[in-house]
Amino acid sequence: MVYIVGVGLTPVGNHWSKSLRHLAVEASVKALEDYGKDVDYVVVSNMLSGVINGQENLGSYVVSHLGKIGTPAIKIEAAGASGAAASVVAQGLISSGVAERVLVVGVEKMTDYTSLEDTTSALSTAIDSEYEGFPGGTLDAMHALVMREYMKKYGVNREDFSYFPLLMHKNAVDTPHAQLRFKLKPESYMRSPMIAEPITLLDLAPVSDGAAAIVLSKEPDGPNGNAEILSVGHATDTIAIYRRESLTEMPAIRAAFSEALERANIERDSIDLYNIHDYSSVIGYITTEELGLAERGKAPELFKNGGADRDGPTPVNPEGGLKARGNPVGATGVYQIAEAFLQVTGRAEGAQVEGAKTALTLSAGGLASNVIIHLIRGV
Amino acid sequence: MWAYWQSVPAHWREIPARYRLEGGECQDCGYRMIPREDICPKCGSRNVKPIDLPRKGKVVNYTVIWNAPRGYEYYTPYVIAIIELEDGTRLTAQLTDVEPSDVKEGMEVEMVLRKTRVSGESGLIAYSYKFRPLIK
Repeated sequence: MVYIVGVGLTPVGNHWSKSLRHLAVEASVKALEDYGKDVDYVVVSNMLSGVINGQENLGSYVVSHLGKIGTPAIKIEAAGASGAAASVVAQGLISSGVAERVLVVGVEKMTDYTSLEDTTSALSTAIDSEYEGFPGGTLDAMHALVMREYMKKYGVNREDFSYFPLLMHKNAVDTPHAQLRFKLKPESYMRSPMIAEPITLLDLAPVSDGAAAIVLSKEPDGPNGNAEILSVGHATDTIAIYRRESLTEMPAIRAAFSEALERANIERDSIDLYNIHDYSSVIGYITTEELGLAERGKAPELFKNGGADRDGPTPVNPEGGLKARGNPVGATGVYQIAEAFLQVTGRAEGAQVEGAKTALTLSAGGLASNVIIHLIRGV
Repeated sequence: MWAYWQSVPAHWREIPARYRLEGGECQDCGYRMIPREDICPKCGSRNVKPIDLPRKGKVVNYTVIWNAPRGYEYYTPYVIAIIELEDGTRLTAQLTDVEPSDVKEGMEVEMVLRKTRVSGESGLIAYSYKFRPLIK
């Protein structure tokens, strides 16, 4: 059994005065102070430091700046699922007896690329660079192809996609560490600039800096709250979407979810909240459908009618999700697990879902080509 | 640090696929793919032979790119499409010689060889397939 025993977050945003190392150290120190004891392994998660910051070897990079020289440390990458993947590896280190207490720190510093063209290029390394990126495709473009297919198949229009970012922004207002803490007006969404038709700026997660850290331990020995990682479900899909049978179904999500439920041996009704990977509005909708929160093609109604609200029957992203909490890509998965940990230990401040005991986090790399689900329960 | 910066060999070794649509055909299950894989993604067979894929097809899905990655700004706005070739093989390609507003699903297209991007300070020009509306 592996427990989450400590947490530390930096606000997500544009940290012009902070480097990759400042962010990683800030979150790590907060998590270690929250836990109150030392760790014997560090697992760093990141996606873009090589491309954007010209820095790899993040294991020794982080421990060097954290004053923990000598402690074993590695970096794990799985695009948007990097943070969740780091948690999976850390759990393996603990359950195999290699380590007893592991610091998992996710960090991303995206704003050192100051133009959208370069950030778009960097993010698009999550798709097939040689046969989707090279012809001029982008990660956003792949989401656009999915959105067009979804609109055609279910007969929904652009307005139907507004319910997703509207809720995410509303939730983020109450989240201390969120990047976009303001409400969105429906008319702002409809006027949003086109990125890759039909995807607009307000359908997409913002460009973000941030770091999040959690401490995992084989004992529930955290002084400020503990949560058990009940299970992990993990599955992959083709990196190139032109090789897929369907663009409106994400079989890796289904596979990861059923595996996670089976391993945890719990019913889906006992999940109190869903922290999902909403890189775009449409993938947010398809994810809720794959998780069984809405029938296929009906996710827009779930979000329109309050079913996914923080006080609704199946809360989705009570902190605001990638859309409004922000998406420091390689750190996002750690933010998600950290948020779930705060929720199930009753420490989620303004974003708290009343009485939450069990949470699901779903992180996805690329276009749901690497999907990792955690089921987490407060103890 | 350009995410899509390409050296000469990185482009040169993809030439069979990028210049003449050379793909692969699984000799065991018949699945066709581009680029050719050493292992069939459908059945796992190692018996995949090179094959010249048909150069005509139709648009099955598309998006108009307004926010281009570095190196592609010159073409903005441009269309990225999923093309289904006459034999059913699918690939992702840029459309050319067409206004984005004229693109429709089901539109018949054919392959042409076009300048695709210029990499780095040395200005390496990479050519590859694009698809244009079929000239009848």
